[in-house]
Amino acid sequence: MTWVNAVLQGILLGGLYALFATGLSLMFGVMRIVNLAHGDLSVLAAFLAFALIDAFALSSFVTLIVVVPAMAVLGYLVQRLLLERGLRAGPLAPLVVTFGLSVVLQNALLEAFSPDSRALPAGALGTASLQLTESLSVGWFAVLCLGLAVAVLAGLQLFLARTAFGRAMRATSDDRETVQLLGIDQRQVYAVATAIAFATLALAGVLFGMRTTFDPSIGPARLIFAFEAVIIGGLGSLWGTLAGGVVLGVAQTVGAQISPAYAVLAGHLVFLAVLVLRPQGILAPAGSRP
Amino acid sequence: MISVTSLDVRYGDAQVLFGVDLSVAEGETLAVIGANGAGKSTLLKAIAGALRPARGRIVLDGRDVTGLPAHRRYPLGIALVPEGRRLFPSLTVEENLRLGSYRGRPGPWRLDRVYELFPHLVALRRRSAALLSGGEAQAVAIGRALLGNPRLLLLDEVSLGLAPIVVRQLYAALPTVIGAGTTVLIVEQDVGLALAAADRVQCLLEGRVALEAPSAEVTREAVTRAYFGV
Amino acid sequence: MTAVARSGRAGRLGLAGAVVVALVLASAPYVVTSDVTHTLVDLFVLVVLATMWNLLAGYGGLVSVGQQAYLGVGAYAVIALSVHGGVNAFLAVPIAAVLTAVLAVPLSFLAFRLHGGYFAIGTWVLAEVVKLITAQIGPLGKGSGASLTTVSSYDPDIRVAYTYWVGLAVAVASVGGVYWLLCSRIGLQLTAVRDDEGAAAATGVRVTRAKRLVYLIAGAGAGGAGAIVCLNTLTVQPESVFSVQWSAYMIFMAVVGGLGTIEGPLLGALLFFALQQTLAAQGTVYLIILGAVGIVVMLLAPRGLWGVVSGRTGEVFPVGYRLR
Repeated sequence: MTWVNAVLQGILLGGLYALFATGLSLMFGVMRIVNLAHGDLSVLAAFLAFALIDAFALSSFVTLIVVVPAMAVLGYLVQRLLLERGLRAGPLAPLVVTFGLSVVLQNALLEAFSPDSRALPAGALGTASLQLTESLSVGWFAVLCLGLAVAVLAGLQLFLARTAFGRAMRATSDDRETVQLLGIDQRQVYAVATAIAFATLALAGVLFGMRTTFDPSIGPARLIFAFEAVIIGGLGSLWGTLAGGVVLGVAQTVGAQISPAYAVLAGHLVFLAVLVLRPQGILAPAGSRP
Repeated sequence: MISVTSLDVRYGDAQVLFGVDLSVAEGETLAVIGANGAGKSTLLKAIAGALRPARGRIVLDGRDVTGLPAHRRYPLGIALVPEGRRLFPSLTVEENLRLGSYRGRPGPWRLDRVYELFPHLVALRRRSAALLSGGEAQAVAIGRALLGNPRLLLLDEVSLGLAPIVVRQLYAALPTVIGAGTTVLIVEQDVGLALAAADRVQCLLEGRVALEAPSAEVTREAVTRAYFGV
Repeated sequence: MTAVARSGRAGRLGLAGAVVVALVLASAPYVVTSDVTHTLVDLFVLVVLATMWNLLAGYGGLVSVGQQAYLGVGAYAVIALSVHGGVNAFLAVPIAAVLTAVLAVPLSFLAFRLHGGYFAIGTWVLAEVVKLITAQIGPLGKGSGASLTTVSSYDPDIRVAYTYWVGLAVAVASVGGVYWLLCSRIGLQLTAVRDDEGAAAATGVRVTRAKRLVYLIAGAGAGGAGAIVCLNTLTVQPESVFSVQWSAYMIFMAVVGGLGTIEGPLLGALLFFALQQTLAAQGTVYLIILGAVGIVVMLLAPRGLWGVVSGRTGEVFPVGYRLR
C-alpha cells in the first residue's frame, strides 16, 4: 500500500511541477527563449508573498491577488527591456542574460531575506486530508494544486486556440517576421507571453511555498524540475508538460520510498532515460526534436 | 494614393534600389516587372515597411509613413502578400485567414466573401496550413491580406512555382478585388500576365526605373529593352 | 602584391610577450611568498575555465551550464588517485584531466540530444546527477567530502610551489592548446560551424564530430582546473566543487572579456580575479554586481571588452587570416 500511496502522492506533486513548468514551456514555445532564471523568479514570488504576509497578516491565497499580477508586470518589463534586446544580439544572449538575472535574483534575495528557510502558512487546508481507504489518504492542498494546474493548462490551451490574441501568439511563434505584415507587433506578443509565463510561475511559486520550505538558493533546483517536466512530456505540448510533471513527480516519490536520498536522483534518471529512449518526449509526435 | 519618391534601399553594403519613384492612383492597378534581382520584391517590402529605406519618402494618402514599422502600416491599409506565401503552418486555413482581420480595417472583406472568392477553400478551412498545395496556399495568403481590407494590396510573385491553370484561377479573382475598391500593386515575373492584369506597368532594371507606360500602349520591344537593358 | 598572413605586428609582439610572461610567472615561487602564489593559483584556475568555456560557447556554439560536472570529477579524481590509488598527487592532475575527458564521452551522447537553451539545462542536470552519485560514494566521503591527506608530508612552501607550477602548466597548456586547435583544420571547421552550421555541414564538415571534440577538450580542461582546485584547497566537497556558481564565473569571464577570441577570456579572467580579490568580502553584493555586469555587457557590447580594445590593436593570438 505504501507504493500505491507513493504513486498517488507523486501524481499530485506532478500537478504542481506541471503548473510550474508551463511558463518555461510557453516562453520556449513562443520565443525560443530558455529562461534560466525561471526557478529564481518563482522563489522571488514566494518571498513577495512572504513579505506581504509579514506586513499585513494576509492569508497565503490572498497574496496571490497581488503577487501574480505584479510578477506578470515584471515579466512584461523583463521581456521589453532585457530579452527583446537580447534576442537581437543572437541566440547566446538570452541565455547569458537570464543566467545573469538568476545570479542577481538569488543574491538579492539572500541580501534581503537572509539564507533562512521560510514557509508560507497553508492554514487548515495544509493539514486537511481526504481518507480514501484505511491506509491511503491524500491532502486537500495537493489535490487543489493538481486541480489548479489542470485549470491553468486548459485555460491557456483555450486562450491559444480560441482567442485572436492566442492565434497571434501561435502565428508569432511560427514566423515573427510575417506577423508584422499583418499588423501584429511581435514585441508586444512576446511581452504578453512572458507576462503569462511569469504569472503562472508566480502562482506555482506561492503554492510551492505553502507546500514545502524555501530559501533564496533553491531556484536552480526548481528550474531543473521544470525543465525535466517539459522534456519528459515533449516540447511544444502543454498537455505533454502535465504528463511530464506527473511522471517526474511519481519518479521522485517512488524514489523517496526506496530511500529519501534517491528522490531527486530518481527524477533525474527517469529524465535521462527519456532522453535516451524517446528524446521527443512521451507525448510529442514522433519526429519533432527538442 | 501611394507615392514613393527617390527611394534608396541597401542590404548592408549592397545597394538594391537607386532613387526609385512610383505612384499609384486610387483604384488603379500597377504592375512592376523586371528580371531576377532587379529589386521588385525589395520595393514591395519597403512599401510594406518590412525594410527601412536608406533614403526617400513613402506617402500614403498624404501621410508620410516612411518611418512607420510594418505592423503600424497594416492598420492604415497597406497589406503585402509576401513571396512564398508565408502562411503559419501550425494554424489552420481559417485561423490564418482570421489573423488577417485581427489588426485590419473595417470594410467589405469578411470571411464569407473570401470563401466566395475562393470557394475551394471552404472544404479546407480546418486543414493545417502546412498541408496545402501551392495554389491553395497562395489563395489563403491573398485571402488573409484581403481580410485586413487594405487600401493598397501588394502582391509579390503570385505565379511563382504554380501551374499555369492555377495561376489563371488566381488572377481571375483580381477583378473582384479591384471592383471592391482596392488599389493593387503587382510584382510579376510573367510579363504577359502583368500586362493583362494591370492598367499601367513599370519596369525595374538593376534597381532603377527603366520604363513606365500604360499597359495598352507598351510594345513588346520596349519591354524587352527595359527588361534586359539592351 | 597581396600576401595572406595570420599575425599582424601585435600578434608577433604578443606571442613573444606571452612567452616572457609565462617565464616570469614560472619564477614567481622564488621571488614572492607562498601566500601570493597560493592566490595566483586561483587565477590560473580561472584562466583555464574561461578559456575552455569560450572554446565551448564561443567557437563550438555549445552553451553549457554544467561544466562544474567535470570540474568536480577532476577534483575528486585527485582524491581517488592519490589517497586511494597511491599516485603522487601532482602527477594525478593530468590523469584526472584525461579521466574527465573519458567521462565526457558518454555524457556528450546524452547532452547532444538537446539543442540550444535546452542543451544548457541538460548539461546542468547531468552535473547534478554526477554530484548526487558522487555524494553516494562512501570512500569519497559521501556528502561531507574528503581531504587530500597525501600531501601533508610536503613542506607547506614546497607544496604550494609545486601546486603553483602545476597550475601554471595547466593554464599554459589550456591557452596554448586552444590556440593551436583553432589554428588547425578543426579550428577552421569550428569557425565555419559557428558562422553557419547548415552551410558548414553542406561543405562536408562533420558538425557533430567537431562539436563533440570541443566538448571533450573543454571537459578535460575543467577536470584539470578541478584537480588544481583540489590541490590548492586540500579538500573537496560535493556542494562546492559541483556548484553551478562555477558556470556563472565561466560565463562572466568569457562574455565580459569577449567571446570567440583567445584574448577576451584571458582579459575576463584577469578582471574577474581582480574583482574577486577586492570585492569578495562583500559576498552577495559582489555576486549581484557580477550578474548585472554580465547582463549589461551582453546587451550593450556583445563582443566584450576585448572587442572594444582589439578594434585598435589587432589580435595577439591571431586565429584568423588577414590580407596585407
